Amino acid sequence: MPIFKSLEELHHMLVNKEISCVELTRSYLDYIDSADSRVKAFLTVTADSALMKAAKVDKKIAGGESLGSLEGLPMAMKDNMCTEGIPTTCGSRILENFNPPYDATVTERLKASGAVLLGKLNMDEFAMGSSTENSGYHPTANPWDLESVPGGSSGGSAACVAAREVPFALGSDTGGSIRQPAAFCGVVGLKPTYGAVSRYGLVAFASSLDQIGPLTTNVRDNALVLNAIAGHDPKDSTSVPFVKPDYTRFLENDVKGLKIGIPDEYFASGLNSDVAEVIQKAIRTFESLGAEIERCSLPHTEFAMPAYYIIAPAECSSNLARYDGVRYGYRAEADDMIEMFKKTREKGFGQEVKRRIMLGTYALSSGYYDAYYLKAQKVRTLIKQDFDRAFAKYDVLLSPTAPTTAYKIGEKSDPLAMYMGDVYTIPVNLAGLPAISVPAGFVDGMPVGMQLISKHFEEGMLYKAAYAFEQNTEYYHQVPALLKEVR
Amino acid sequence: MKLSREEVEHVALLARLQLSEEEVELYTEQLNSILGYAEMLQKLNTDQVSPTAHAVQLFNVLREDEVKPSMSQDKILMNAPDEEDGFFRVPRIV
Repeated sequence: MPIFKSLEELHHMLVNKEISCVELTRSYLDYIDSADSRVKAFLTVTADSALMKAAKVDKKIAGGESLGSLEGLPMAMKDNMCTEGIPTTCGSRILENFNPPYDATVTERLKASGAVLLGKLNMDEFAMGSSTENSGYHPTANPWDLESVPGGSSGGSAACVAAREVPFALGSDTGGSIRQPAAFCGVVGLKPTYGAVSRYGLVAFASSLDQIGPLTTNVRDNALVLNAIAGHDPKDSTSVPFVKPDYTRFLENDVKGLKIGIPDEYFASGLNSDVAEVIQKAIRTFESLGAEIERCSLPHTEFAMPAYYIIAPAECSSNLARYDGVRYGYRAEADDMIEMFKKTREKGFGQEVKRRIMLGTYALSSGYYDAYYLKAQKVRTLIKQDFDRAFAKYDVLLSPTAPTTAYKIGEKSDPLAMYMGDVYTIPVNLAGLPAISVPAGFVDGMPVGMQLISKHFEEGMLYKAAYAFEQNTEYYHQVPALLKEVR
Repeated sequence: MKLSREEVEHVALLARLQLSEEEVELYTEQLNSILGYAEMLQKLNTDQVSPTAHAVQLFNVLREDEVKPSMSQDKILMNAPDEEDGFFRVPRIV
């Protein structure tokens, strides 16, 4: 079955003509047909355009042309990245009929790399949420337990990769939205350095925090996808000009002398004891491989959550002001403009989005700006300085990705309780750092993710550490029981 | 700082959101809970700290002032809920 192959293996199968690209694409589409009725990861399946693209790749192969590393390989994208002519809903009813007139830069780059888009993936509405229960369409299920959440907001991306519906998907991460679902679904998820991947054409949630990144079943695939999407983009003024390395060259099974810091604050109260045990075992694995492990402190960690829940809603209230029913999206009928705006936004947005717009509007309103928004931005500086001090000493910081494993759909109704699931991922976004979640073990049959954090633009260091860990453990080989049932 | 029901209604107007009675009730409670949690930021003395708007330092990004092709009017209007003669059509304003 091709669905169990890595990107490199699939590439070799195409090059060696063991399978045609149309056959490969069709086998994935057939599998999506059978598996996705249970996982519900997809919002749109683009079968026709995928098969047309695959036929073009087959022509290239027949003509003896060489293939790029992602050429002809199936993939899917979170539905907040613009795809010309293909619906982009952002998981919201307000964008239900929106067909972007342009491609996001990541879409363009993946198209240029020859990857074959199989569809767009479910997500929490406007990427606000930690479970993919807040989608305006339907919740997505965790392939390891269909009654549990896949995490969020890139729950569709993580679930479809875990269920092997595609070998790779793109997600976006504002406060942990790639890493937390990757942890819950037992896959590899990278949040790159802020500015390393263009946000042009990504539907904005909190612009100073959002970052696009890859979700894959293993570390090498992740590096291959980052190779295709990273790099400066003049269309995004926050994109950083930097020399992009070939990320696969960091994949060596050697962490001797690597200095790993273990922040005490990430092992404090709130961390499930079984999850803690899995992470402690992972630390011992690194130790046995010759890494130098030391405890350290990031003293302002407890302030990251409250700072984030002021900054992110403030930016969201500003970004989402554009949904007024005038130029695109849903419009409610009304006799005057203000009524039209209010009714459009009432009907178009879900509860979580409205809550954050309200919170952000309040935090930015006259008389409260200094007390909330400015204060939070100052605390952000302190959090960033904590990391700067740590990285003067360590190559990598290691922590759990999330305090628990995936919980049951509907289990968490209190927004604050839900927000706590991102407690270990949020500080990274505030500081703009790169971080990766890799499968580190299981608790009661549910995956546990380990988070590795590094300095700005040191994704290579993360891949090096993650790859060594992966090659010396067996977790990434395990697949959900669902795969045996639907095969 | 505790948010009153009236303040929540005022914020909803600023945000151009029509809320039901139940939503006003719910958000008054939830916003107070979240803002109460955010109060812990006041424990930190940040008098001497500069704010961080972007974690990675950015400078103004300027390109040459050259005319470049823009999107066609048709494409811009293709998602319009209502349009007429190349304009977005909205309810009467005056």
